[in-house]
Amino acid sequence: MNISINWLKDYVDIEETPQELADMLTMAGLETASITELGEGCEDIVVAQILKKEQHPNADRLSLCQVTDGEETYPIVCGATNMVEGDKVALARVGSVLPGNFKIKKAKLRGVESHGMMCSERELGLSDEHSGIIILPKETAVGTKLVEALGLPDTVIEVEITPNRPDWLSVVGVAREISANTGRALKMPPSEVNEGIDSATEATSVEINAPDLCHRYTARFIKGVKVGPSPLWMQNRLKAAGVRPISNVVDVTNYVLMELGHPLHAFDFNKLRGGKIVVKRAEEGEKFTTLDGQERALTGENLMICDGEGSVGVAGVMGGLNSEVSDETVDVLLESAYFFPPNIRATAKALGLSTEASYRFERGADIEGLVTALERAARLIVETAGGTVLKGIIDNYPTAHDKRRITLRVPRIAQVLGLEIASGRAVECLKGLGIEVIEADDERIVTLAPTHRVDIEREIDLIEEIARIVGYNNIPSTLPRISIQPGVPAGERPFYEKCRDLLAAAGLNEIITYSFIDPEDDNRIALEPDSPLRAKVKIQNPLGVETSVLRTTLLPSLLRVAGNNVRRGNKDIKLFEVGKTFHPEEGMPLPEEHVRMAGLLTGSREPLTWWAKQDRLDFFDGKGVVERVFSAIGVSDVKYSKADGITFLQPGRAAKISAGLTNLGWLGEIHPDLLDQYELTGPVVAFEISLQEAVKAVEEVGHFPGLAKFPPAERDLALLTREDLTFKEVEEAIFGLNLDLLKSVVLFDLYKGKNIPEGMQSMAIRITYRSGERTLTEEEVAAMQAKVVTELSGKLDARLRD
Amino acid sequence: MIDSLNALRDAALAAVDGVSSLAELGEVQVKFLGRKGELTQIMRGMGKVAPEDRPKVGQVVNEVRSAIEARIEAREAEMSKDAQRLKFAAEAVDVTRAGRAPKKGTLHPLTQVVREISDIFANLGFEVAEGREVEQEYYNFEALNIPEEHPARDMQDTFYVAPGTVLRTHTSPVQVRVMEAIQPPVRIIAPGKVYRCDSDVTHSPMFHQVEGLLIDEGITFADLKGVLEAFIHEYYGPDMGVRFRPSFFPFTEPSAEVDISCVFCKGSGCRICSHTGWLEILGSGSVDPAVFGFVGYDPEKVQGFAFGIGVERIAMLKYGIDDIRLFFDNDVRFLSHFR
Repeated sequence: MNISINWLKDYVDIEETPQELADMLTMAGLETASITELGEGCEDIVVAQILKKEQHPNADRLSLCQVTDGEETYPIVCGATNMVEGDKVALARVGSVLPGNFKIKKAKLRGVESHGMMCSERELGLSDEHSGIIILPKETAVGTKLVEALGLPDTVIEVEITPNRPDWLSVVGVAREISANTGRALKMPPSEVNEGIDSATEATSVEINAPDLCHRYTARFIKGVKVGPSPLWMQNRLKAAGVRPISNVVDVTNYVLMELGHPLHAFDFNKLRGGKIVVKRAEEGEKFTTLDGQERALTGENLMICDGEGSVGVAGVMGGLNSEVSDETVDVLLESAYFFPPNIRATAKALGLSTEASYRFERGADIEGLVTALERAARLIVETAGGTVLKGIIDNYPTAHDKRRITLRVPRIAQVLGLEIASGRAVECLKGLGIEVIEADDERIVTLAPTHRVDIEREIDLIEEIARIVGYNNIPSTLPRISIQPGVPAGERPFYEKCRDLLAAAGLNEIITYSFIDPEDDNRIALEPDSPLRAKVKIQNPLGVETSVLRTTLLPSLLRVAGNNVRRGNKDIKLFEVGKTFHPEEGMPLPEEHVRMAGLLTGSREPLTWWAKQDRLDFFDGKGVVERVFSAIGVSDVKYSKADGITFLQPGRAAKISAGLTNLGWLGEIHPDLLDQYELTGPVVAFEISLQEAVKAVEEVGHFPGLAKFPPAERDLALLTREDLTFKEVEEAIFGLNLDLLKSVVLFDLYKGKNIPEGMQSMAIRITYRSGERTLTEEEVAAMQAKVVTELSGKLDARLRD
Repeated sequence: MIDSLNALRDAALAAVDGVSSLAELGEVQVKFLGRKGELTQIMRGMGKVAPEDRPKVGQVVNEVRSAIEARIEAREAEMSKDAQRLKFAAEAVDVTRAGRAPKKGTLHPLTQVVREISDIFANLGFEVAEGREVEQEYYNFEALNIPEEHPARDMQDTFYVAPGTVLRTHTSPVQVRVMEAIQPPVRIIAPGKVYRCDSDVTHSPMFHQVEGLLIDEGITFADLKGVLEAFIHEYYGPDMGVRFRPSFFPFTEPSAEVDISCVFCKGSGCRICSHTGWLEILGSGSVDPAVFGFVGYDPEKVQGFAFGIGVERIAMLKYGIDDIRLFFDNDVRFLSHFR
């Protein structure tokens, strides 16, 4: 909300500079977002009138105006289109200097002399408005200084008001806070009304048929008004607050809304059928046209203001077109009411219509203060539009709100705040805020909360108020004494963090991507139609369709990030992400959340350097990363099995990863058919592993077996096998012999091609034997080797190469 | 005979000095000292020497042998040093070239900041707890004293996935779940992802928070100030200015926003701090008694405080980043900046 300091000064003395005032408000809980000086550098600008406006002879988009400041008439070429002859405008004459040190000179524009400039609000630093030049109210006197006409200079402080403090949503509300913080008196604006002789209650009536939603409805009847423009000072203040002036009667209701914070509504009484007001719920399915010309569909939950026959306004939100005050209006019924906040909020939300009125009503209006607002507005209407206020306030108050009685235990203040506050000091703080103190001693303070403070309901609310007034910075800082005892278990987070460290150490850059993805991503990665990964949690109100479902795999995000990087010229990409996927569960309110680790590598294996060849990385670079992580976290029994059924991987370069019977994930080269859409070229290796499954397979580090005392015997074998024989099969065959002294089998060369028959491959393996008790003899080793060779040739048809 | 021995010595020494390779030296050694070498040849004439002269001649033989051997040894040492020198020269490298090592990867800056924050609170005795990202409205709102149709709901634009189910808008639901699970004392922090439907240069629909909660007997607002000041002074240095100012969160009372001196202008006022000299870095407050009501704690017996730190905000200030979207764009050049 924008607060004008000039306006504030009507209600409380301000001795501070704008910055000091802003700081004071900030430290009281009204955070200031900005301070704007208005009218600085506009001293030379005068109010002028357009006498004549014609088309510029040489330019379609320009006009040529004759403009007078009352003494002289100037030809001015102007690009704006929002003015007509007779308009009052802000004129910068030749020699004037505009904010930003812009000097106005005589100029020739497309061959026509121009002696000055008609200014927009932005050109004068008054606002960002630049769609047209400033048009001043008709009654503005030509030749006066603009700053005078606009009530400038002024300073506007923009404050951010938290939802618990609707009482701050007005100039008087902010003045009251300043008063509480400085001890200076609050000067309320005059609201006494001179009443006429005729009685209002005889002329009209108010009936409340929904007392649960309308707790109070008051009205004033003003007869014989003359609708016209409101006075300049009022228009200026409304504009400064961001409200468009309309007419005196309407402007008064808006002015009092800004001044006192209570929303009011003025009806054209003669348009009220039956001459009365009925407050009731809307008919289910009722259609009603609001002031903005929109037809609205209503339900039985919406509270309506009606006349004798039908609706004339949506309660607390917006009036109706059918009872609007117009230039012909003579008699006005002025409403000041209290509506049940949750209901107004629900209606405003359902209609998609948040107004100044609904904003305040849904936060909570002042049920006692609303009469002051009514009186103030009635008085201002008479002042600005004439007419007579009929005798008596119509006040229908079915649900009386008693002031809340709250007891504060004085020792409790120190228990909550950690600062002793004497009872007397506490009373002082509370009274300064307008909180009534009924009784007070050293033990307790009994209070009545003012009705404008809807947020004060409990003892803790009073303690907070005391803390605020004392100042948070006057409360000491202490470190708590805490008891040591185990609390929540550490969970799996340390394990996830270790995986992150390992992947980064393996050369991968960590990425973080949105949990929501595009439903189309399923097709981009060619998921089978019946893949369980297609079951998604959908966001009902997404920012866009491309972020509308929660992901079930991290792969689409990795591919997208890799593609973006390659497109920007980052060629060698190694990425990983550790994050959650979300899986709907039949019959459960919440989806399963699953922590996964995924990686993607493409480009050269090593950076461009003198020591490495620029080979493109492949399947085994991805596998190396995965193996390294598993080995470092202590998952040893990992199986990689051929998995040609994974649709997004290239058949033959795809593996399923498992530990025991548990599926941990997959690894492979992305299917070349998918790469184009991401502008990637293969090979692109990727993997995705369930960390919460992997953590279950982690083995503790066991006892240390001692250092081997006797040397190992190593024997190499060169085997000729069929080309699809896997090393795994060789390894399993050798270990299948159950030789006690066998320690390891390692593949150290694999070759196909020249000198190897078609359909065959050469495999070189090293077998290590070792005994814990003695050095092995040549005979022992030879005997074991012979068994191995026999087994390999018998079972796997692997021959020794010559 | 002594003469021929001396002549042999001189010839041998000259030959040793004259060799140019270890192989030649070996040949010289064989030629003079070998079993069939010249010294042996001369010693065959020993029989013709008078017996009384033999000790003398024997002594000369030994002297000649030693002299030649010593010279060979010296020459050998000298030559192998030369050979090594040549070898080293041939093997010299350009020490300014890059070392052979796989390229190291990086942790995302948000991961790093979360860890920095968590480590400080861990040292203060807080434990890490985690929670769901898809959460029941009850835990995200109601149990945090934010009823349906309360304007406080406007403070957070919420993504809904089903009636009553939301993407959590803050990490605060973890507070409720932890308090439901354990009895006081409670001291946890809960880092994690949160979601709000809002997107521009300072707002991301997904971002990170670190939630904190401490509950025990006799915990006061002064303790909140002390702990958060300790955190800020640990993170930003002991001279960093801190202020607490009143604010509103439905689940804390009194509530406080915490500001630090602007890290860009050192408090003198600049564009980034809107000329206030202060930067908001976290929200906090004493736990509202109403929240204790939802989890069955007795507000007359225990008290506590909670806080929520915006991780992106801290990282943006720390690294001078002005567009939050950079964190989720994941350009490798950006990621590689954060070692």
